[in-house]
Amino acid sequence: MCLWCRIRQKIPKKKKTYYAAHVMTPLLSAPGKKMAAVQDAPMELDAEKETKPEILSDGTSNLSGNTASGTLSSPPLTAGGAPKQEDQQTLIAVLQFLRRNKLTESVEILRREACLEDQEDSQTLDGSGGGKGDGDGGDANSLLSRVSIASAAAPQSTLTPIPVKNDQPDVSVVLSAYSQQGDPSLYQVYYSSLKNFIESVLDCHRAELSQLFYPLFVHMYLELVYNNHENKAKAFFEKFSGDQECYYQDDLRILCGLTKKEHLKGNEALLDFRTSRFVLRISRDSYQLLKRHLQERHNNQIWNIIQEHLYIDIFDGMPRSKSQIDSMSGSFAGETRREVNKAKVFYGLLKEPEIEVPLDDEDDEAENEEGKPKKKKTKKDSMGSKSKKQDPNAPQQNRIPLPELKDSDKLDKIMYMKESTKRIRLGPENLPSICFYSFLNAYQGLTAVDFTDDSSLLAGGFADSTVRVWSATPKKLRKVKSAAELNLIDKESDDVLERIMDEKTASESKNLYGHSGPVYGVSFSPDRNYLLSSSEDGTVRLWSLQTFTCLVGYKGHNYPVWDTHFSPFGYYFVSGGHDRVARLWATDHYQPLRIFAGHLADVTCTRFHPNSNYVVTGSTDRTIRLWDVLNGNCVRFFTGHKGPIHSLAFSPNGKFLASGSTDGRVLLWDIGHGLMIGELKGHTDTIYALKFSRDGEILASGSMDNTVRLWDSMKAFDDMETDDFTAATGHIHLPDNSQELLLGMYHSKSTPVTHLHFTRRNLLLAAGAYNSQ
Amino acid sequence: MTEREERRFAEVPRESIKLMAESSGVELSEEVAALLAEDVCYRLREATQNSSQFMRHAKRRKLSVEDLNRALRWSNTETICGYGAQDALPFRPLKEGELFFVEDREINLVELALATNIPKGCAETMVRVHVSYLDGKGNLEPQGTVPTAVQSLSEDLLKYYQQITRAILGEDPHLMKVALLDLQSNSKIAALLPYFVYVISGVKSVSHDLDQLNRLLHMVKSLVQNPYLYLGSYVRSLVSSVMYCILEPLAASINPLNDHWTLRDYAALLLSHIFWTHGDLVSGLYHQILLSLQKVLSDPVRPLCSHYGAVVGLHALGWKAVERVLYPHLPAYWANLQAVLDDYSVSNAQVKADGHKVYGAILVAVERLLKMKALSLTLAAEGSGAGLPAGCPWEEWTPVSLPAMYCELYSFFGDSLAVRFSTGLPLGGQNSVHIMMITFCCFVLRAFLTGGLFLSRVCRSLARSSSSSVSRSRSSSSRPGRSTSQSRDIFPKARFPLPQAGPPAFSFIIGGRQMGRRCQGRRFQTSFSPTPPLTTHPPRAYAHKLPVIGRVSKPVRRWTCSHYSLHLPL
Repeated sequence: MCLWCRIRQKIPKKKKTYYAAHVMTPLLSAPGKKMAAVQDAPMELDAEKETKPEILSDGTSNLSGNTASGTLSSPPLTAGGAPKQEDQQTLIAVLQFLRRNKLTESVEILRREACLEDQEDSQTLDGSGGGKGDGDGGDANSLLSRVSIASAAAPQSTLTPIPVKNDQPDVSVVLSAYSQQGDPSLYQVYYSSLKNFIESVLDCHRAELSQLFYPLFVHMYLELVYNNHENKAKAFFEKFSGDQECYYQDDLRILCGLTKKEHLKGNEALLDFRTSRFVLRISRDSYQLLKRHLQERHNNQIWNIIQEHLYIDIFDGMPRSKSQIDSMSGSFAGETRREVNKAKVFYGLLKEPEIEVPLDDEDDEAENEEGKPKKKKTKKDSMGSKSKKQDPNAPQQNRIPLPELKDSDKLDKIMYMKESTKRIRLGPENLPSICFYSFLNAYQGLTAVDFTDDSSLLAGGFADSTVRVWSATPKKLRKVKSAAELNLIDKESDDVLERIMDEKTASESKNLYGHSGPVYGVSFSPDRNYLLSSSEDGTVRLWSLQTFTCLVGYKGHNYPVWDTHFSPFGYYFVSGGHDRVARLWATDHYQPLRIFAGHLADVTCTRFHPNSNYVVTGSTDRTIRLWDVLNGNCVRFFTGHKGPIHSLAFSPNGKFLASGSTDGRVLLWDIGHGLMIGELKGHTDTIYALKFSRDGEILASGSMDNTVRLWDSMKAFDDMETDDFTAATGHIHLPDNSQELLLGMYHSKSTPVTHLHFTRRNLLLAAGAYNSQ
Repeated sequence: MTEREERRFAEVPRESIKLMAESSGVELSEEVAALLAEDVCYRLREATQNSSQFMRHAKRRKLSVEDLNRALRWSNTETICGYGAQDALPFRPLKEGELFFVEDREINLVELALATNIPKGCAETMVRVHVSYLDGKGNLEPQGTVPTAVQSLSEDLLKYYQQITRAILGEDPHLMKVALLDLQSNSKIAALLPYFVYVISGVKSVSHDLDQLNRLLHMVKSLVQNPYLYLGSYVRSLVSSVMYCILEPLAASINPLNDHWTLRDYAALLLSHIFWTHGDLVSGLYHQILLSLQKVLSDPVRPLCSHYGAVVGLHALGWKAVERVLYPHLPAYWANLQAVLDDYSVSNAQVKADGHKVYGAILVAVERLLKMKALSLTLAAEGSGAGLPAGCPWEEWTPVSLPAMYCELYSFFGDSLAVRFSTGLPLGGQNSVHIMMITFCCFVLRAFLTGGLFLSRVCRSLARSSSSSVSRSRSSSSRPGRSTSQSRDIFPKARFPLPQAGPPAFSFIIGGRQMGRRCQGRRFQTSFSPTPPLTTHPPRAYAHKLPVIGRVSKPVRRWTCSHYSLHLPL
């Protein structure tokens, strides 16, 4: 299913990423290579399609291309490695389609890639995707049938002499499952009989079975719409939309406006809903109850929908309570399948390189040596680092290649260690001081802020396409001299680093011009030499903070890029955007190294794990995914937010993740166990900033509601009993203790908090644009 | 279903679609228009939903035109130009036909281009940093109760401050008393003084609540009485708060049932207290107070309760203040007050009652003035011309002799003054003056009883009997212009017509009055003023004549120097 849908849907995309497959390989060794190839085959198809203008109108809608893998989310090969035959079939269908459209080059490539795939098929690495949930017997069958429908549809379209519209067959395939349904007038009867049944069952089952309402409602409504029963659809909607959970209101609003089959074609959200399988988690008892009921009543209509469009994850044990269900549901595609979060995640931190911290009396010496610290450092490196114990949860030091430490990095590490000895130990009794950086006269609209790790620089992205960098210290910003002038410098002098700077250019702030749309994300490199900015114009730009010029424009998203973030070790960075994928880049490659596809809607925020081996993304589909940088797999999938996620933060030890969304709640996650461990309620508006203190004791959250709140994260983590994790069901019961965990709430005058940052000594810096209205 | 109703979207009616089509020259059938309308609605909704994403990422709450344009652009639709202004576009309804449109004024480009006022560029974007919260402290209280700087105080002081303010402004009267007593005697609250002053300055926000105003005034009193507090320049702030209570037409006084008069009395007392105990802390304070009181008194627009406040304020500040400010203003003010008091209409009842209040206050004030002046004169006489008390330099301000003053005041108050005055007069060595006054009063009274015309005759005779001549011509020459300028508009005008009194009668009154002053004045002038006051006397003017029993005449005197005199440094 996956591959087919992926390919079909990818076709109308208008982007040109022809070289994707070829640049994927250099970074990593074997496993990554294979995956890269598979992932990028469809991309090339897209490239060829670019020339056809009619496609463009539906371009956005079909960006769902990556979403077909849906909740299964692992790349196609690893997930669906088993049914080889179907793959063959679909490939043939695709080849036919391409040939019909005279895309010979693509045909060639696809063939090559297919062969490649066949060869490597034997060495499937990841078996996680193979195991299906129990009681999901129908799944394989329905998958089979869908594929056969699809492949049947494709040859048909090849016969039609004039393709009506290029995306026509595509959509019709996606929607075709809706065509063979029963009597529309009976839909209300079906639904209400199920409703009556669910309302009459025992309380313990009712909450679980009530989960069925929403997906069934949406699918039945869409079927009615698809089959042109407009009035019946409207009546159906009016009758039952009130029963749905309040956190689905946003989706219902979209649904409500959609009453015609034509509308379905352009609506990406619903295509996603249709193609992904809504995941429900139901106890075995409840499921049996439901099954028996549906079979007794011969309610085939609903049974079909459950079989085809829902994925019911059945577990043994006590049915869950309403609050347990509510805490996990709310995402666009239901809950997480349990097996998705079973993969091992190396969340531990990498070993710090051994660097001898000069003693205090050496301070002066170290500073004097700033220009030439080479001798000393190389010696230390050669000593190796065997003495330090390896964290059992940490990834291999060389799991992904990381850049070597430069001398300046080592100096910085020394500075960091020195600073951290002066760090204030925070806690509930000892809250941080807060400094607020107010952006005044920001008529241009401040959209993003970042601080360097040492808090010396501050960058702001603005809606007028500019990026501005300020010095947060008395030290002014200076450019490097021009090449001609640099020639005149005495390169042997001790203060050569000082000499290369052009004193004439010293100023408190610098403007960086280059984007052609609002700048939605900025991120400093850890060595403070570079700045990344992502913009609505579809590019990510890399700026040099030595020359204050743009070095590279990374094109690939082709749609607004909502966020970007540098790896904590530099070199790599991740970006996510409107095209629903997150991309991993290396600064010296102009094409992405990895494409993390799986979100059903825009990727709104991206963050690197402290050990740089993982990337986390939050999305408008109200889910959070953790991706493995090494192989591009989605290793964690978190649901529970009721609104688009706009902020993410890892705890400094890498074990926990905090996420904030438009619903004003912060959720805390345990990465190792893949479970939600806390819910922090209090904010009244979107949370745009989250940050853990340097030691992780305090979580600071900043929001549109003009407040900064401090939370006792230590307590939140400790409160979670370890028993909860070992329980096989993986169900959690969250204590409602937001008020106990809230340590402080701090108002700004009229400044939404856009960014938060803890200095190395644990002073909290907040930033935002003063809003005079 | 109501929920469904709420979710309903705005729809473009098919009529609009047809109109739009017609305007571009296309005829649409009903069916096509309906289909188009529906599709347009759907597309609009879709675009709006997409645009909200741009809003969210720009971290705004308001959807802007730009957001919508971006959404359109990304869905390959032409963007709409011309609405990208930052400010909200005024969207105006047209009553007939339920039409809404964006106001789009024509702009005269020539004018714009040739305009001389070149708009200033907007200020540069900058970042300012400030420590908002130290160690996460402060701001745990709801905003507004504590001035933000209180954070720098010690924990205990902060608590004390909160307790005290809560007790004083709270409901429990006993608690309030305790708090006020402590405030009076606590020796360690110097650091909190600014915050208390800040709290007190909140009188303006509670002008509707007499109780709270009272409590705040009590707080002032306690602070002033605290011997350990050095008020310094905070006196000024306290005084301004107290003055607010005295002078402002408080919101509480709208309701006649509220006894704001007492509050004003109390505030006036407090004012004098502050002045006498801490007046030396701020130079020119006395002068400033007088100036503002005078300003209120001479402002006809102010309501009577403000005037009342000014009078009691002056009264509280001592007879010299009354002499310097109230007395010279009295003739001018009297006319207005008289008009109020003489209006017997029902609608005026409330104002009239207020007027009587003012009348009473003036009466008390001038009575004390007379008493004290007489007393001071005796003392001065006994002390062989000791002059005026220190602290009140009266240079350039010509004092009025006691008898003249008496005469004039008598002319306003009639017997009510005389009675109170005579009963209260404790003097022995003042007989001649007193007798003279009494006789004069009798004359006036008699004249009054026999009628207006006779009055002038009596006066004339009285004048003749005195041995001085008057500069009538000078006085009368300046009369007409003054009288008009003196007329007030805020007071209800007297409804009865002016009696037809000829100029001679008028001038005669001048003569009489002038003469009365002069003939008796000579005797006193020698005692404290070397130069005869007559030369510096300003011209006088008269506005009305007056017909009512109890008040003999209603001349409006213009004291041209009165403003001038107040500008002196004290």
